[in-house]
Amino acid sequence: MSDVTIASGSVDTPPHRGRPAGTISPIPFARILWIELRKMFDTRSGLWLMASILIVAALATVGTLILVPESDLTYESFLSAIGFPMNTILPLVAILSVTSEWGQRTALTTFTLVPSRARVISAKAGLCAIIGVSALAVAAVLGAVGNIGAAAFAGVGATWDVGWQGLVLFAMANVIGMGIGFMLAVLTRSSPAAVVAFFVYYLVVPIVSTAVAGVQEWYADHVHWIDFNTNVNRLFGAGFTGDDALSAQQWFQLGLTGLVWLVVPLTVGLRLALRAEIK
Amino acid sequence: MITVDGLTKRYGQLTAVDEVSFTAEPGRVMGFLGPNGAGKSTSMRMMVGLSEPTSGTAHILGRRFGELPNPGREVGVLLDASAQHGGRTGREILSLAAGTMGLPKAWGDAALERVSLTPEEARRRVGNYSLGMRQRLGIAVALIGDPDVLILDEPANGLDPAGIRWMRDLLRGFANDGGTVLLSSHLLHEIEVIADDILVIGNGRIVARGTKEQLLTEGGTLARSADPAALAAALRAAGHASKQASSGALHTEADAGTVGQVALATGVALTELRAADSTGLEEMFLALTDDSQRDGLRDETDTKTEGTAA
Ligand SMILES: Nc1ncnc2c1ncn2[C@@H]1O[C@H](COP(=O)(O)OP(=O)(O)O)[C@@H](O)[C@H]1O
Ligand SMILES: [Mg+2]
Repeated sequence: MSDVTIASGSVDTPPHRGRPAGTISPIPFARILWIELRKMFDTRSGLWLMASILIVAALATVGTLILVPESDLTYESFLSAIGFPMNTILPLVAILSVTSEWGQRTALTTFTLVPSRARVISAKAGLCAIIGVSALAVAAVLGAVGNIGAAAFAGVGATWDVGWQGLVLFAMANVIGMGIGFMLAVLTRSSPAAVVAFFVYYLVVPIVSTAVAGVQEWYADHVHWIDFNTNVNRLFGAGFTGDDALSAQQWFQLGLTGLVWLVVPLTVGLRLALRAEIK
Repeated sequence: MITVDGLTKRYGQLTAVDEVSFTAEPGRVMGFLGPNGAGKSTSMRMMVGLSEPTSGTAHILGRRFGELPNPGREVGVLLDASAQHGGRTGREILSLAAGTMGLPKAWGDAALERVSLTPEEARRRVGNYSLGMRQRLGIAVALIGDPDVLILDEPANGLDPAGIRWMRDLLRGFANDGGTVLLSSHLLHEIEVIADDILVIGNGRIVARGTKEQLLTEGGTLARSADPAALAAALRAAGHASKQASSGALHTEADAGTVGQVALATGVALTELRAADSTGLEEMFLALTDDSQRDGLRDETDTKTEGTAA
């Protein structure tokens, strides 16, 4: 077997073609943000997903106007009608922003153009948060318009039963939902797996938790120390009942269960997404 | 320039890449040849930081891939032309790459032109592209940043013979401008047409390396003459064994010059004298392929990757 060495040059002085070494500047983070934002909108499926946020918010507003008796209409009626579908779609946005890279295998290109996976994934996370908050701002405005319109139609003053603090808690609950989606996405790196896991978390876990609480007194007494969902729902609740506030213990329970249900698996998932082989 | 040193990847028991070392020089096109499952893609993934080596290092232009500030400007990479979102247009995929690298818009058009994709084709969604068109688009993405190095995994897959020649000319031009090219293939023929230097990998290990000439002329010399028996006797007398093929041609390890002199001295008229075909390399390669196909029976991945340039 011949073993002719082709190597002859030196490793220290890589020849660049017509360009002195070191003249290439690093990719700024803003550019990564812009490209990742563009990737969320530049396919039909992505565009429809984003459009569906607005469409659903508009439909929910109209639906509320039609279905809820005029005398019962308050700002809260609109916000909860819009908030429910938002709370489902926004996590899907978060999931797909990550998993589509692996599902469509565009990760191969993405991470050979930007080898620091952490920068790409932070950009995606940041964009998800921005999109979430913008969507909620739209929801708040649409709800307000609906509320004013309904009141004007009925010839009475509009009822503003959710203050800005309530809106902040409402936004927080939604952003946590997106965080759950993001966590499942980096953990599974698969669209179907993450979506199924999300619906299990979002629809099945609460049912099981309620059922167990119904038969198990100890669990019922301690549910807020265990079930993250119940604490997130309290954010909606506090926002909507006008309490506008959680007690220190309630915040603590939210933080503690959030640590277990969200922060720890998110950390594991991020480690996997940053290190796992991409093929 | 690409410098790979002791690159190794183990998946549990399986050593997919085993102590691979080589240097790819500027101005040369290096072909990475090996049957399916030999470890070409795994090696390339490690070179570009998509997979962590078990041991060993890979440097591109003297740096690890992850240390390149804007890799697309220095290394054009195509690992799998099919790994694109089918819902994006070719143009959009190029724009995303150009945008990431911070390039002016016009560079996208130049790259499309270099790979002979028409503006009309670029406006179509890549879900509707043929494999050949995807390969061209993938090459355009690799070329758009005007890099110094190209790393291409099975880029000729899905190209017709004219496409393969086109690829040869493109890569030849790139290398002539001082670029370094590493491309893989599981087909000896493709590598023969395109590469200057050949690196043969089998079961994760480099089994042969050299310039194309060195490896291909290992096959010896082929001589056709009016009197093969007399020529064979004369060659034997001069200390060179030879074999007579069914066509009547003599096949010998002696070089063409020696055969010519012996023929002249013996007075046998030669009708054809040339370096034998790449029999040596081809036989070695066939043996490797047989080996790995036997292995392939217990490894589904091989069947899966076959024909998809994975
Ligand atoms: N993630 C993985 N886990 C286990 N085995 C793998 C993995 N990736 C590749 N392999 C195995 O490593 C070997 C080399 O594969 P690959 O690099 O794709 O070969 P090639 O590109 O030369 O066809 C094959 O036997 C393949 O089955
Ligand atoms: Mg391969």
